Amino acid sequence: MTRLRALQILVVCLLVVFWYVMTAPGLIPPFYFDKANRAAFFFGEPQKVFWVIVDWFATGEIFGHLAITLLETALGFLIGAAVGLVIGLWLALSPTASAVMDPYIKGFNSMPRVVLAPIFAVWFGLGIWSKVALGVTLVFFVVFFNVYQGVREVSPNLIANARMLGASRRQLLRSIYLPSAMSWVFASLHNAVGLAFVGAVVGEYLGSSRGVGYLILQAEGTFDINTVFAGILVLTAFALALDAAVGAVERRLMTWQPRASETEKV
Amino acid sequence: MSVGVPALALEKITCRFAARDGGEAYTAVADASLTVAKGEFVSVVGPTGCGKSTLLNIAAGLLAPSQGTVSVFGDRLIAENGVNRRAGYMFQADALMPWRTGLDNVIAGLEFRGVPRSEAVMQGEAWLRRVGLSGFGDRYPHQMSGGMRKRLALAQTLILSPDILLMDEPFSALDVQTRQLMENELLALWAEDKKSVLFITHDLEEAIALSDRVVVLSAGPATRPIGDFKVDLPRPRDVSEIRMTPGFLALHREIWAAMKEEVLKAYAAQKAA
Repeated sequence: MTRLRALQILVVCLLVVFWYVMTAPGLIPPFYFDKANRAAFFFGEPQKVFWVIVDWFATGEIFGHLAITLLETALGFLIGAAVGLVIGLWLALSPTASAVMDPYIKGFNSMPRVVLAPIFAVWFGLGIWSKVALGVTLVFFVVFFNVYQGVREVSPNLIANARMLGASRRQLLRSIYLPSAMSWVFASLHNAVGLAFVGAVVGEYLGSSRGVGYLILQAEGTFDINTVFAGILVLTAFALALDAAVGAVERRLMTWQPRASETEKV
Repeated sequence: MSVGVPALALEKITCRFAARDGGEAYTAVADASLTVAKGEFVSVVGPTGCGKSTLLNIAAGLLAPSQGTVSVFGDRLIAENGVNRRAGYMFQADALMPWRTGLDNVIAGLEFRGVPRSEAVMQGEAWLRRVGLSGFGDRYPHQMSGGMRKRLALAQTLILSPDILLMDEPFSALDVQTRQLMENELLALWAEDKKSVLFITHDLEEAIALSDRVVVLSAGPATRPIGDFKVDLPRPRDVSEIRMTPGFLALHREIWAAMKEEVLKAYAAQKAA
């Protein structure tokens, strides 16, 4: 395990060294660009990127932007998941509604939904809500399809058993369909949170006054490639942290699910 | 035995299923009549795939027969209006809710009936003790063995104290030793308050060892009862010991003679298909 960790760190170090060697002006003679500082102009320099990040955190400038991006992500995820859950349950339990809505769901799902971002900017302004709306359209489908599938795949035995135990339609929904759908939703949670994050950043990138996407957009406008890379690295780190947080929540809530290594027979 | 109104009466039941590819409808059960008296333990045996489970689902009100009537203690059961509320059903496959702990599974029925949780938990603990699972209430089904899950399912069904117990090969997935233990436990629980039991199995030995009466079904399609045998072996019984007694062997020979032809017919039909 420690050996694996060491190798992983080695890969990062090699990448950074490679980056530095290829971009440091005058370190090696230019072989593609015609001037020595061109590589640094297009690809940035690792030590400068590092100092931009340090500066962001030292001055606290980044926190406001990060908070906005994370708030957009959280709202996009929560609203998208809630709407997906409700509509997924409804369509899965009502065959007629499902048959009527089927072509529209398919069409809306195949549409590249990122193109909606400009419309959302017009509708909801440049504040957080246009980004939340984009996140919602992305998250909705992941959750919707999983809930739909989850409800459809409930074992008929389980339903028959609950009915024989006296469950009403409402109780069936609460104690059979919902938990079964939730297990599918949790299986797609990583995906859904990642998409909410994408929605927030893409939305910011297309027009905003705050957020990490806005920082990147600003830096790009002044050809400050080091700051662009710094923004990308910070976003990546937070996406990883978000993923880990989701993993922790999942482990807490899904204790009932058998895991290969954990199954104990008595 | 059959004094008064039977607990469960199936009269001239026919059940057809529409074929999936629009062909001829499949008749699973044809003109089948069957009664279970109050407090009687009736087993239904028949070759594999003969529609035993269909018959049980009709008795449970989960499935509406194409023709014929089902009466529960004299009242007509209509599947469209809901399931048979006086019956408990133990399924062949696992039907426990995997996201609930053992205790929460056992008290699910009480919860559906609106029993306050504290009382439900008390009863649930008592039932866990009765089926030998005290201390396992906080485990999830996947953390239990097959035999434990069956006992949990038994407690889940019996906690509601149904007047009629419908059992669909409940122990068929268990190994022989566990199975005999479970059969003895079932008999002991049954002896306490003599519910009416309709027990489906393909295992003739199990049927004779447990029941008051064994009904033999013909091979499918269009299954119907072709034999009805009274089992007058003394109770209480121990299922592993009773198999050695001459009375048991004589009954086994007699019923097997009636069953054999149907089993061969079912086997030939399956081989041809």
